[in-house]
Amino acid sequence: MENAINSGDTAWMLVACALVLMMTPGLAFFYGGMVRRKNILSTLTLSYIFMALIGVQWLIYGYTLSFGPDIAGIIGGLDFVGFKGVGATPSAAYGATIPHQLFASYQMMFAVITPALITGAFVERIRFKTFLLFSLAWATLVYDPLCHWVWAKGGWLAEKGLLDFAGGTVVHIAAGFSALAFALAIGPRRGFPKTPMEPHNIPFTVLGTGLLWVGWFGFNGGSALAANGVAVNALLTTNTSAAAAALVWMVLSWLDGRPSTLGLATGMVVGLAAVTPASGFVTPMAALVIGAAAAPLSYYAIRFRQRRDLDESLDVWACHGLASTWGTLAAGLFATLGVNSAGANGLFYGNPGQLWTQLVGVVTTMAYSFVVTYVLAKLLDLSIGLKVTTQEEEVGLDISAHGERAYS
Amino acid sequence: MLRKIEAIIREDKLNDVKEGLKAIGIMGMNVCDVRGHGRQGGIVLSGRSGTYQVDLLPKIQLNIVLSEQNVDETVQAIVKSARSGVAGEAGDGLIFILPVEEVVRIRTGERGHEAVMYPGDIDERKGRGKTKS
Repeated sequence: MENAINSGDTAWMLVACALVLMMTPGLAFFYGGMVRRKNILSTLTLSYIFMALIGVQWLIYGYTLSFGPDIAGIIGGLDFVGFKGVGATPSAAYGATIPHQLFASYQMMFAVITPALITGAFVERIRFKTFLLFSLAWATLVYDPLCHWVWAKGGWLAEKGLLDFAGGTVVHIAAGFSALAFALAIGPRRGFPKTPMEPHNIPFTVLGTGLLWVGWFGFNGGSALAANGVAVNALLTTNTSAAAAALVWMVLSWLDGRPSTLGLATGMVVGLAAVTPASGFVTPMAALVIGAAAAPLSYYAIRFRQRRDLDESLDVWACHGLASTWGTLAAGLFATLGVNSAGANGLFYGNPGQLWTQLVGVVTTMAYSFVVTYVLAKLLDLSIGLKVTTQEEEVGLDISAHGERAYS
Repeated sequence: MLRKIEAIIREDKLNDVKEGLKAIGIMGMNVCDVRGHGRQGGIVLSGRSGTYQVDLLPKIQLNIVLSEQNVDETVQAIVKSARSGVAGEAGDGLIFILPVEEVVRIRTGERGHEAVMYPGDIDERKGRGKTKS
């Protein structure tokens, strides 16, 4: 097997792995800029902690639950506990030209950022200890099984032929609908919605957006698991969707008043999230449509969420959950074997059944992630409590939870 | 008698006001950033989706301590330079005039009127006081 390793593929995947890792700090600053100044360290920590927490969880048992030998299409077996046997030779099932250890490490970075996405729902009020327990439970009970269903050889959604190139279902829909469930369970921040909760540092958010966009080339481009044409196409579709969504968002924002910087940055992330599941299966022109249509969907979903007085604080549901719902369904419309012979044709290429498969994947992911998250959150609320005390919330989590202040 | 003028003005009028005061010989002042609202009520900012209302908006507070005899002329200079257009607009600000018990200049230990005098200031121009160097 050793000579099956391709150094070009391996080099690209090493870089892609680093790019995806960089997205978690990017996300931390994307979110951190949008909270009030008393909660910036807390918000950064809620994302950064996953590089540590999942960095250990994935090594010990997360990877094997996700990608271990299939058991009934539901979960991976324990063969790879502690990365046992995950070494320099390619895996039998994944990434035929790169070391198995590289595939497992690359997948780790996805497992790291996904729960970090959810944190936008409960910033500025979550109890840190509860958050740690929730996160570990969520990674184990939601991410690992879902990852197995969609991406593992033998996973039941993978067997159905669901197209999810880089994590529309596993990452963005799961995070978005979990965020919605958690926001319902924890309730709003004190003073919401009467007190305006203004972003305290939009430059952080803009900086984070830049890191995310660059990182996303590794996220989607790397999901080809090789340095090949599919990777290049994924990189270009990613860029195209982000660009289109940002332009449309800017226009929508302009029509409502001024072309907002925060809006532009949000539009970019929405375009990136939308194209993720489709990026390796559709043409760049299809990605243009995917990004352009995602922007109004998420833009008005934020408005809907606000009108319902729901404090899903940083709009993970609207920006990631819904954009990627559209993107996953769009894969069922625009996918073509001309882009990726390992994929499938969508409705517009004569295969209407693909859209149905995509719908099954979307609904399953929404329902599973929402229900498990809601039950977990409710259990934690009844036992150790989800929310900090009123006084701790007023003081801000930087001081009350971490004993630090960001700006002295 | 010594007085303190606290003028709440628009951020963008600070330079005009400073120049207006310099022109009549007001030499000393300090400024601070404040937030507040009066009749203007606030401003509308762009959010991620649409806009939102902010009721406390940024203003500049100008602090000047001076002799009573110079208050009227100073107030007129501030009003003239801080007002928007000819008719003025909501949000142009307010001026508060307060009595001051005592002033001490740290460098020399001078007190009262002498402590707020500068070479070339409004009093010296009018021949009303001695010049300290």
